Order: sequence, then C-alpha cells, then structure tokens
Amino acid sequence: MTDLPAALLPPALLTWFSARNWRVHPHQQEMVDQASEPALLLIAPTGGGKTMAGFLPSLAELADGLHQGLHTLYVSPLKALAADIKRNLSAPVAEMGLPIRIEDRTGDTSYTQKRRQRADPPHILLTTPESLALLISYEDAPRIFQGLQRVVVDEIHALAESKRGDQLMLSLARLQTMCPDLRRVGLSATVEDPGAIAHFLACHPDPCTIVQADPGPDPDIAMLDLPDAPPWSGGGASFAIPQVMAAVKAHRTTLIFHNTRAQAEIFFHNLWLANDESLPIGIHHGSLDRAQRERVEAAMVRGDLRAIVCTGSLDLGIDWGDVDLVIQVGAPKNVKRLIQRIGRANHRYNAPSKARLVPANRFEVVECHAALQAAKAHDLDGDPRGPGPLDVLCQHILITACAGPIDADLLFAEMTRAGPYATLSRAQFDDCLAFCATGGYALRAYDQWQRLKQHEDGLWHLRDPRATQLIRMNIGTIQDADLLKVRFRGRGGKPLGEVEESFAASLTPGDTFLIGGQIVAYQGLRDMVVEVTRNARKKPKVAVFSGTKFATSTQLSQRILAMFAADDWPYLPEHTRDWLDLQRQVSELPKQGRLLIESFAHDGREHACIYGFAGRNAQQTLGLLLTKRLEDLGLDPLGFVATDYATLIWGLQPLTDPAPLFDIAALEAGLEGWLAGNAVMKRTFRASATIAGLINRNMPGSRKSGRQATFSSDILYDTLLKYDPDHLLMRITRTEAMRGLVDFARIREMAERVQGRIDLRRLDQVTPLAAPLLLEVGKVPIEGAGRERLLQQEAETLMTAAGLGDL
Amino acid sequence: MVARATGALHWPEAGILTVSDLHLGKSARQARRNAVQLPPYDVTDTLARLAAEIEATNPDIVICLGDSFDDLQALDDLPRDARDWITRLQAGRRWIWIEGNHDPGPVNLAGAHLARFEHLGVIFRHIAEPADTGEISGHYHPKARMKAASRPCFLLDRTRVILPAFGTYTGGLRCDDLAIARLMAPDARAVLTGRQVLVIPMPQNRSGKSA
Repeated sequence: MTDLPAALLPPALLTWFSARNWRVHPHQQEMVDQASEPALLLIAPTGGGKTMAGFLPSLAELADGLHQGLHTLYVSPLKALAADIKRNLSAPVAEMGLPIRIEDRTGDTSYTQKRRQRADPPHILLTTPESLALLISYEDAPRIFQGLQRVVVDEIHALAESKRGDQLMLSLARLQTMCPDLRRVGLSATVEDPGAIAHFLACHPDPCTIVQADPGPDPDIAMLDLPDAPPWSGGGASFAIPQVMAAVKAHRTTLIFHNTRAQAEIFFHNLWLANDESLPIGIHHGSLDRAQRERVEAAMVRGDLRAIVCTGSLDLGIDWGDVDLVIQVGAPKNVKRLIQRIGRANHRYNAPSKARLVPANRFEVVECHAALQAAKAHDLDGDPRGPGPLDVLCQHILITACAGPIDADLLFAEMTRAGPYATLSRAQFDDCLAFCATGGYALRAYDQWQRLKQHEDGLWHLRDPRATQLIRMNIGTIQDADLLKVRFRGRGGKPLGEVEESFAASLTPGDTFLIGGQIVAYQGLRDMVVEVTRNARKKPKVAVFSGTKFATSTQLSQRILAMFAADDWPYLPEHTRDWLDLQRQVSELPKQGRLLIESFAHDGREHACIYGFAGRNAQQTLGLLLTKRLEDLGLDPLGFVATDYATLIWGLQPLTDPAPLFDIAALEAGLEGWLAGNAVMKRTFRASATIAGLINRNMPGSRKSGRQATFSSDILYDTLLKYDPDHLLMRITRTEAMRGLVDFARIREMAERVQGRIDLRRLDQVTPLAAPLLLEVGKVPIEGAGRERLLQQEAETLMTAAGLGDL
Repeated sequence: MVARATGALHWPEAGILTVSDLHLGKSARQARRNAVQLPPYDVTDTLARLAAEIEATNPDIVICLGDSFDDLQALDDLPRDARDWITRLQAGRRWIWIEGNHDPGPVNLAGAHLARFEHLGVIFRHIAEPADTGEISGHYHPKARMKAASRPCFLLDRTRVILPAFGTYTGGLRCDDLAIARLMAPDARAVLTGRQVLVIPMPQNRSGKSA
C-alpha cells in the first residue's frame, strides 16, 4: 500500500488495510485527497466500496482522538442501512484500535438512548432524514451539533427522488448555519445526470465536485427461461414458480425483486407451496413488522438464506457479499432502477452481476425485452428534478420554530442555500411563513388562528410552546397509505405487519388474506389493530397494498412502440408473438407518432381503449380529463382504468368522434376546471396538507384514524376550493399534482407526438391488447349522471329484493 | 314528512324544518386547541346551505336538533356577521335550539332553548331514547355505504327518524354500527342524501339483526 500518502491516512488504517491485503480503490483515494472540498459527490456502482469511501476521511481525521463531540453525521434513507453501517464500521474501527464512538439514531432507537445521545453525542452519528429533522427541532440543537465537520449522505440518488431529499437539504442548510465549516459528501449509484444531484447536494451557490468511480463490467442479464406463457394480467407471476425455484437451487443466494408488496406476498406464498426441499427463503418489505424485518436482515447477513423475496425496501444498500443472482419479477418500469437492482448481485467490485427478468403478464414480456435492450445500450432514463416543494418548506419553518424564534430574513437566506430551494422567491417564502403563522386564510387575523406570532423583537415565536410536541410528532414527508397493524388474536398476539386501512375496512370477519407469507382470517378491529387468526386454506382474499406504482419511463415506452413497428419479433416467445399478431389481424398495433383508440361494447357497457403509452400517471390523468369531457357531452362515463400504456374508459354511450377530445389546447384549458373535483387531487391535497401541518397524522395520546383524516381532508379540500381557491395549499396541490400524479407534461408530449393523427377503430369484440385492461385492478369511478342512474337502479333492486319495491 | 336531499327534514303540514348537528364553529374550536387549522369557512358554508333550505321551504318553525355549536366557546366566538345572518334567518318564524352533548348550556342567541320539544305528538330531541316512539333525533351522523358510493343518510322506521349531520366538517358513523342498529327496527330504511334522495333498506351488520 505504498501508493497511499501517509499524511492523509493514519498508520492504524494503513496497517489494517495491508493486513487484509486490501487495496484502496482509486475513487476511495480520490475522496481522501479531496476531503477538504466543501461538497463532494461520488458516483459509483453498487459494490464499489462507496460507504468506505465516504467514511475514510472521517476515520483519518478522528484517528488522533482529539476531536470532542460530533464529527460526522451519516444520513441514509433506510433505518436498516444505518444499523448495518454501524455494524460494518464498528468492527474495523475496533480492530484498528481507533478511539471513535459510532452510534445510530433512527425511529427505532430507544428513548433513553436518544436522551443520552443529545447530552453526549458520539463522534459518528448514523441517522435518517426524519430523525435529523427531529434533532434540529430541539432548542439545544446548536449544542448537539457543535464541532460537526462532515455530513455523509448515502444513496443520495434515491433521496433526491422524493420529498425526503428536499427535507434533508433544508436540514443541511440549517446545520450549515450552525457549523459554517461543515463539508458535505454525497454517495450515489449510477445516475443519468450527476450534475443534477451535485446541484441538489451543494450549499448554494458553492460548487460541488463530482468523483466518478470505474463503472465496472457489464452485467450478465437476460430473460429467465420459461416454458409457459404468462397470464393476461396481474403481477403474481405464479406461473414461473418452478423455474424461479430451480434458479434459487442453482445459486447461493438469490434476491427476488417485485414491484409491489402485494405481489411479493403472493409470490412468497406460492414459492413456499413449491418449496419441497424447505430451502430457507425469506421475505422483506416495508409493511412487515419491524422485528420480522430485522430477523430476515440478520439471517441475510449471516448468509443463512437461499433467497429473499423483496420490494424496493431492498433496492438500497445493505451489504451482503453472497448474492449471486437477482431475479426481477414484473417489468422494470425504468432502466435506471433495473441497473441498480442488478447491482445487488455480486456485491463485489469488478465482478459482473447476474440477473434474470420474469414478466408477470403478457404485456410485460414486451416491456422486459425493451428494458433488456436499453440496459445493454447503457441507455439510462430519468426525469429532471423540479424545484423543491413548498409543503416541505412549511414543515421546515415549523420545525425551525420549535428550536427557537425565527428571524424571517435569516431563515429565507438559509433556505435558498439548499439546492432544491435555490430559486425560491421571497414572495413564496412569505406565503409559506404566513401559512404557518395563521393558516394563510384570507382576512383571518383572529388570535385563535395564530400558530406563530411576531413579537416586538421582530422574531416569529410559537404562540403556544406546547405546539412543539404536535409538530415534532408529525415530522416527515413519507406518505404511506394509512396502515393498521395486524396481530394474532389473544394476549400478546404476535405482530405480523400492516395493511391499508381501506383494505381492513373492506373485510368481514372470516375473510382471509396474506401477510408475511401466511394466510390469516380477519376477526375484528380492536384499538386500531387488525386481529386475525391462523387459517389453513390455500386461497386467500388478496391483500391490496398500494406498493409503489412507478410509471414506465418515456424512453422505455418509446422503445416498445419502436418494437411494435417490426414485422416480426423473433426474440419474443411464441405466445407473445401470436398475441401481437392476433392484435394486428383483429385491429392494429399502436404506432409511434399516432394515437390508436379502440371502441367496443362489452358486458353491457361501451368501452374505449386509448393507447397513449404515456406512463401510468399520465394515462390516469388522461382518463380523468377525458371522462370529464365525456360527462359534459352527456356520454355518461362510469369509470376508467389506466396502465402504463393505455386508458380504458367505460360508460353508457359509445365514443364516436375522438378528435375534439384530444385537442391539447382544450385539454389544457379543461385542466383548471377539471383539477377541481377529483380523487387524484384530493389525494394529492391530503399528502401536501399533512406535510405542511394542516392535518396531523399523529395526535398526542392517540393516533388519528386514517379514515377520519381522509374524510376531513376531502371536506377541507372542497371547502377551500369553494371559498379560498387560491390558498397556498391549493396552489401547492396543483403544482404537485401536475408534477407527480397528474404528469400532464407527458400528456402534452403525447399530444405533440401524435399531432391529431388519431385512428379510431370500432370493433365488434374486445381486442387482444385491450383485454388485459378489463382484468386490471385500481379502477376509478366517475361521480356523475351515469353513477346517479346506477345508484337509483341499485336502490330499486334492493328495495324490490326486500319486498319494499312499492314504497 | 319529507326527507330532503340536503339532509334537512321538512314537515310541510306543521310548517317545521328540522336540521341536526350543525357543529358551527368547529374550525375555530380546532384552531383554539392548536390542533388542526381547519379552513374557517365552515360557518359560512353551513349557514348558506341552511338559508337555502329555509328559502326553499319557508317554515314557521325551524328546529336545530342539538350540537348546533361545536362547543359553547365556539358559540361565543361566532363572528358578528354569522350572528347577524342567524338573526335574519330567524325573522318571522319560531326557532328552537335543542340542546346537544356539544352545546348543553343556554344559547345567547334569539330562539327558544329546550332539552326536548313536542309538537302534534312528535318528540324532537338530540339523542334517541330507545323507549320512546314518534321521535326525531340526530347525534349519530349516520352514513350508508352502497356499492357505488357512501352517503350521509336519514334512518327511519315506524317509531323514529334519525337525521344526518347538516354541518360542514362533520364525519359520519356507518349505520350498521351497533350503536345505531340497536335503535332501529329490522325493517328500517335509510334515505341517502346527495344530488337526489334514495331509499334503501337500512344496511345491517351481517352478523345478525338480533344484536
């Protein structure tokens, strides 16, 4: 190890490295060399020793044992990662005999431990964005962070994709005010635009240096060999169980990724039914009980498991060297995520990763092939990041107010140093401050509405100091659907995990569902806990976790359309070729630059299938916009369902003249009015209102029931719409919805692509390509004239059935 | 009697309009408790809808079936213009405030303040008494769920009517809840509010009518 400059790495480290015959990777060395930079971003593939690269400078600086208090703050998106790093860092530090104290602090850390950490912080503290925001809200934050030198943000590419990242960058701006010499380090997987992440991380307007590691060899990636055709819809992929099982047997450790929790549950269950050798196979996803998750993680670390069925909860970081195969079940909706998941196999630098794709339904065969091509061409996808959302800013103002009175000018200056808020205007900031202070309601200066009050010293104080408790309880930007804990009935019943409240509400005692790979029967709801008993049946009523529905990227969608243009698809399996051929005979395949609409009657309802290939969110918006226009035209739409490639609308009347419906100017003009009253907007409003502190998810003493919260947020939305449509939260909701769930940009892009070239095909049957949509879940009902008519029919039927028909 | 799609109960022969659970001042109470800062438009919204009902039915007597105010403090804090509005609505008719669990004290607004009111053999009170017959009450904010949607509803059988909540920001209790089910006869009906009135058999808990 003579190539290491002794001045930068202390002897204890060098000895330790050479005793193991380890080499410091060039990018790790570069991180040490540039350790004094104010901001550094490392881009390295999985297994590239990223974390060590992030910590080496800290270990070097702490080796002499002179530093008092907190030196390095490590922030990761996962609690598990913080705990894992603690293990993986503490061992070498102990072996090197370095005088460094390392502790983690997450939502799972005990109360006494947290108290002690505040009084006597360790040298290296490992935490999450939410726990950091909580620390910053304490009055003694300046004392806790005194002497802080470095902050390391792990998996920054993942954090940058969500509001958690925006919150973290605001927290870092706060820390930078307390500790002006703070240096920032970001650790990122391979991304399509490193500059954007660097801008996100930098203390604006300071620069951020980017260090690129060697990307390593290309992965060995292909479709899993499957003799049977996948089903027409759904995501279970149970048809592939025998082949997946065989692959598991042929490898040391296999990670089996799914796109949603529900799919992972079902697959895990089916895998166990086929597990004749009783191989140790575990499951890991975000809804599982913490203790269960930890058991699986511990077993993985020990190398006890042969396979883990998992979701995005294992997309990130925990290091196990033994994984030699990654199986992706269901189409990878974006190529970047696929590459990152593949990187989980063979967590060794410079060894190719092995991955196999399993399409869960017929259309996904096509999607998987498109993703394969893109991965081989190193063609990563991604959307540019917009400016930081204002609901997060509101929450941060309240968090800051918890720590002490706010000087508006200083806080504004501080916030604009955070990358996502570099372009924040003073007017936007003042709006947010006014919202935090008074609720932001027009002409509402009553004392009772004041949350923050400006005192004579010009500073903004909390009106009621007790409010800190409520604000701290509601820190965070993660918007899980409302989840209820599931337990076995009986005293001290074993916790199994969580299900969505709406799902629990739909259960009747005796109904069975899957959780943690077991079939259980619903018994009742007690104290916000779903009580269940064991059930031996084989066919459960399926748990509907929302999971995370990622939209297929623009670039993948275009690849699929390009594939459709070919005469034949020799690389596709027979069944899929036949299916596409049949579609071509019965109707036609969607084409690039044109918009195909199929119209047919089915099951007594008129259907229109619109192949926009704009991704799930935009297709959903299209469904909402079009049904609104159909309602205005008196065509009585009843509902729609959207997938990544099409929207299927059904109603009482057929669609005959689509061209005017797709005029982009008209769609855009209709957007404002339409944005008003629909479920997507209400859902978006609810999320933003919760983050901004208008609705509290957690109340002292008791947790507010999610149904109550839904209810009140819907009514709040309606009321604001009627009396104060320009309220800050309504503006935030519109921006958010346009960006996220609405994704209007992709509708516009689709319209530009199509330019009025619409092909309407009236058919006398359901077409091969449209059929899978009829089987899709997640249908959106339309509250309109058609619905009223059906309600009336239903009421009449019920009354007749009850012998009350002549009422 | 006519169950109106708005959630108000109109008795044309007696000239009585009944509404229940207005919960005026709910947002102010929440703000005072430093909990949820609900938008302060609930009073305006509730009164506007009540005014429209009075306009449409021109009753001689208006009965508010209790929980008209979210609490007595909310009543004291009622903005000037809201008080004036209520006074204008009261002009030329009798107005009865039935007391509810949220507003048990006397109301410092015009109108009679009563624990219960009886007219032509019909009893008006806030919370139903299982023993009484010919009774009109509120309190439970009943809601009925159908396949297509869930709506606030009236519940009625031969002996009683339970009104839905009229106020903005008022939640609902599913009418298959035992608290409601034990009050109503097995052949009770639910009248759904919304754009139009819909009558259905009252949804019952599957596990049994015996409960």
